[in-house]
Amino acid sequence: MWRQWIPFWQPGLSPHSGDVDLLFTGLLMVSALVIGLLFFLLTLFCARYRAGNQTDRDHRVKKSWHWEVSWTAASFVCFLGLFVWGASVYFQIYRTPADEHDVFVVAKQWMWKTQHPGGQAEIDALHIPIKRPIRLVMASQDVIHSFFIPALRLKHDVVPGRYQDLEIEVDKPGHYHLFCAEYCGTDHSGMIGEIVAMEPADFSNWLTQQAPSSTLASEGGQLFRELGCSGCHSGGGTVRAPPLEGVYGKPVPLSDGTTVIADDKYIRDSILLPRSQVVASYQPVMPSFEGKVSEDQLLRLVIYIKSLAGHSS
Amino acid sequence: MSAKNYLTADFTLRSWFLTTDHKRIAILYFASLIFFFFIGGAAATAIRIELATPQADLVSSDVYNRLFTMHGIIMVWFFLIPSIPNTLGNFIVPLMIGARDLAFPRLNLMSWYIFMLGGCVTLFAILAGGVDTGWTFYTPFSTLYSNSYVIVAAAGVFIAGFSSILTGLNFIVTIHRLRAPGLTWYRLPLFLWSLYATSVILVLATPVLAITLLLMATERFFGVGIFDPRIGGDPLLFQHLFWFYSHPAVYIMILPGMGVINELVSCFSRKQVFGYKFVAWCSLAIAAVGFLVWGHHMFVSGQSLIASLVFSFMSFIVAVPSAIKVFNWTATLHKGSIHFDAPMLYALAFIGLFTIGGLTGLFLACLAFDVHATDTYFVVAHFHYIMVGGMVTAYFGGLHYWWPKITGRLYSEYWARTAAILIFFGFNLTFFPQFILGAEGMPRRYHVYPPEFQVWNVLSSGGAAILAVAYLMPLFYLGYSAFFGKRAPANPWNAPGLEWQTSSPPPEFNFAPQPVVTREPYQYNERFEAEPQNA
Amino acid sequence: MPESSVFAPQYASIPHRDHTAELGMWVFIATEVLLFGGLILAYVVYRHAFPQDFAAGSRHTEIVIGTANTAVLLTSSFLVAWAVEIFSPATAKIVTRLLVGAACLGLAFIVLKGIEYGKEYDEHLVPGIDFQFPGPKANGVQLFFIFYFIATAIHALHMLIGICLLITLAVICQRAPSTRHRTALHSAALYWHFVDVVWIFLFALIYLPGRSTS
Repeated sequence: MWRQWIPFWQPGLSPHSGDVDLLFTGLLMVSALVIGLLFFLLTLFCARYRAGNQTDRDHRVKKSWHWEVSWTAASFVCFLGLFVWGASVYFQIYRTPADEHDVFVVAKQWMWKTQHPGGQAEIDALHIPIKRPIRLVMASQDVIHSFFIPALRLKHDVVPGRYQDLEIEVDKPGHYHLFCAEYCGTDHSGMIGEIVAMEPADFSNWLTQQAPSSTLASEGGQLFRELGCSGCHSGGGTVRAPPLEGVYGKPVPLSDGTTVIADDKYIRDSILLPRSQVVASYQPVMPSFEGKVSEDQLLRLVIYIKSLAGHSS
Repeated sequence: MSAKNYLTADFTLRSWFLTTDHKRIAILYFASLIFFFFIGGAAATAIRIELATPQADLVSSDVYNRLFTMHGIIMVWFFLIPSIPNTLGNFIVPLMIGARDLAFPRLNLMSWYIFMLGGCVTLFAILAGGVDTGWTFYTPFSTLYSNSYVIVAAAGVFIAGFSSILTGLNFIVTIHRLRAPGLTWYRLPLFLWSLYATSVILVLATPVLAITLLLMATERFFGVGIFDPRIGGDPLLFQHLFWFYSHPAVYIMILPGMGVINELVSCFSRKQVFGYKFVAWCSLAIAAVGFLVWGHHMFVSGQSLIASLVFSFMSFIVAVPSAIKVFNWTATLHKGSIHFDAPMLYALAFIGLFTIGGLTGLFLACLAFDVHATDTYFVVAHFHYIMVGGMVTAYFGGLHYWWPKITGRLYSEYWARTAAILIFFGFNLTFFPQFILGAEGMPRRYHVYPPEFQVWNVLSSGGAAILAVAYLMPLFYLGYSAFFGKRAPANPWNAPGLEWQTSSPPPEFNFAPQPVVTREPYQYNERFEAEPQNA
Repeated sequence: MPESSVFAPQYASIPHRDHTAELGMWVFIATEVLLFGGLILAYVVYRHAFPQDFAAGSRHTEIVIGTANTAVLLTSSFLVAWAVEIFSPATAKIVTRLLVGAACLGLAFIVLKGIEYGKEYDEHLVPGIDFQFPGPKANGVQLFFIFYFIATAIHALHMLIGICLLITLAVICQRAPSTRHRTALHSAALYWHFVDVVWIFLFALIYLPGRSTS
């Protein structure tokens, strides 16, 4: 009971949270040293050199530069150490995630909508298996939100107009807070949810219990036909458009001579701003779907195109 | 009645509202700032009462969001930024450099009117229905989603910005051109060095805020997507532009406070400031490096990791001169003859609180920890330690120190010390628990929160109650002193600065014969002859 | 012509006052540089993101009017510089004429700018009011024109302030010329040249992209 009042006492929840806690402890110790020294000196000087106290005030330090140089150098070295420490952990936290189990997160005023590849959708909750890195692909429908799991010491803004990747991993089963940390309007403080970390077996049970009618990819495929994408991209139409089978993850030559990797971002941009990066030897004829598809639908389209990666054209 | 001073020169309203006397303009600012301080404070009080319980019981979410936005906008732009520069600075700068006024007195008056116009526009926005974007006006919320008076509030801030620019310009030119004969740069009191650094930031950063707010308001008004991702705009560009101003603005708020502390520590330990030149150049170093750290507000926004790395490094660099200053103040005490008058109590409180605020700033500059702590109460606590624990404490210290000069009256030392101690404890009780809340992960700007955070919130609200009382106390005893206090001698602290060489309150043009400076600043003798009396 | 010996009490002498005023103008120009600097930074970021769109947008600006305006402004700056150079009580008449000439050129700039705005309105190139741009580059072109209108509008506002300053000075020179107005003229000239320099930057950023090649 009393432990919940001790700040930062949830070690070992994830590989990185332990690192951050250690860093925090380090920072606390450095601060305690500095503050301790400073307050000791302040108190000592205030007591000894209070007006009226007969004490030795001769031989004041006149030349100050060697003092200045030493404490400048000392603070600099100390700060440099903290900088390197903090930066190295940061790079681990935000490393570009490998292609793990993907979960899709759509933030909107004022809810978190999460979707598993199998089509299981959740509101303000996210079930994940423990001891396995999960890649979150996050998008915002409206304003900037921020995906924050205090227990994992992990946070990433969700800025509209782009996908953000974040890798999470939990080592202990349990329920953890999920907060929106970037102010997003009226019900900002209501935009909270929970992360439910489960044993892998429980998690697969849970996945099957949810029993979605269809996977995200198949829903995306349906959208692909409903929106008329298939008319051009499936061949046989009057308009020639690049086939999408086997495209995902591969380099795509563009009309301006450059090459991009067809990742989530590229596919998303190609749907919304189709004429900004046109595939070489094709005409820029595709209309923009800006405003015609929601983030949810976009995600499904991206996943569908991704699911075509295995096929070859 | 002795010779006329600036207060008794004329009693008409016209003589106040059309004055070009820097001392009277300082008083005008002072009165306006008290007004804004208590409006901002009232909002803070409402916020703390609401947060005493996890549920929403006092106000609705919309009202809560308007409250913290109003608290932020009023306190940042209508109290903290003008606080020390426009009141104490306006009053003291010409006195300290032995000038008869600022370089451009009419510009100075104009800047007060512009400030008041900006203040009125902002107050109108608040009264008309409020703003709910937070003081940071982040897009696309502010441009596309907020249903509140964003443009009006931004216009108020925009207008007030010109007042800041004009004040900064006036100080820079004054310090360059109007110094008394013999007053070389290295003989300037350190307060002037820090005000000079502050003015450089005011002049160079404020226009960027102006253009940023203009772009934001244009987008909102015309519905064009400057920062709208749907037509290719970038919401993060707004953040870059906004923080390019708003991070240096933090130094606008703290540098003058540091300047005041130099004067206080030196005077009340009867000793020259240790490492004068280092402290002087540290102010300018902070101002310069302060322009290069803005990206540390965006470590989790998705900016490139390399950018984060650079900004984190620069943030550690900018902490070095601040640390040097703290060490120098401490070293100043060494072998001094320390008097614990009210201004000194504020100065000591400042050193302690600023150190805590600065060290927690290092926590936030530390990339990996910032990922956890940013946008939580840890940040709230950190900047309140700098802004309230630092700046407001220094402001009160400076106010008490120069009060006899400004009003020609002495205040009650007993009440002043009581208030100083009460403010120190009230402050720590209010804001220290917020560090813990932040470390535990309570996000900022939360109207309702999970119940496990309540303990610390209750402590914080309790501290806020003490702090509110403590902040009201000076209103009474200083108010009493202004009219009924004992008359102050010209130099109650027996200090060597030029401002103490003229009568209290000073005559209309400060000095009858032009003073000439022949020695370094802070040449204190050990005796402290004019011990202030309890009223 | 009377030599005014009245100066505010904070100054030691007339030259002291004049140098102080000039320094004030330089600091003011520093603040203005950052105002346009923020705007140009936004432009640079977006031009980097949409280089071809910005080039396309640029090709829709009226380069003839833009170039004419550049010439007009440079000439007016020259007139003002001339006025500063020859300023003395004896030459009040010529100075007045030069200032009026510069102000008229400034007005001509504003008028030409107005015509340009009108043309852009006819071509549906005004974001937020009437913007239609066929083809795939609409978004980038719109960003370009948002920048174009904000930058030129702020610049035109500075022009109007400058014109008022020049006319006021011309009137003063006409009525009661005195050497104490030398500083005022000098500061106004600094401001006018600054506005001119800003235009040269804007000209390069607005009219030239996309015109250098093919």
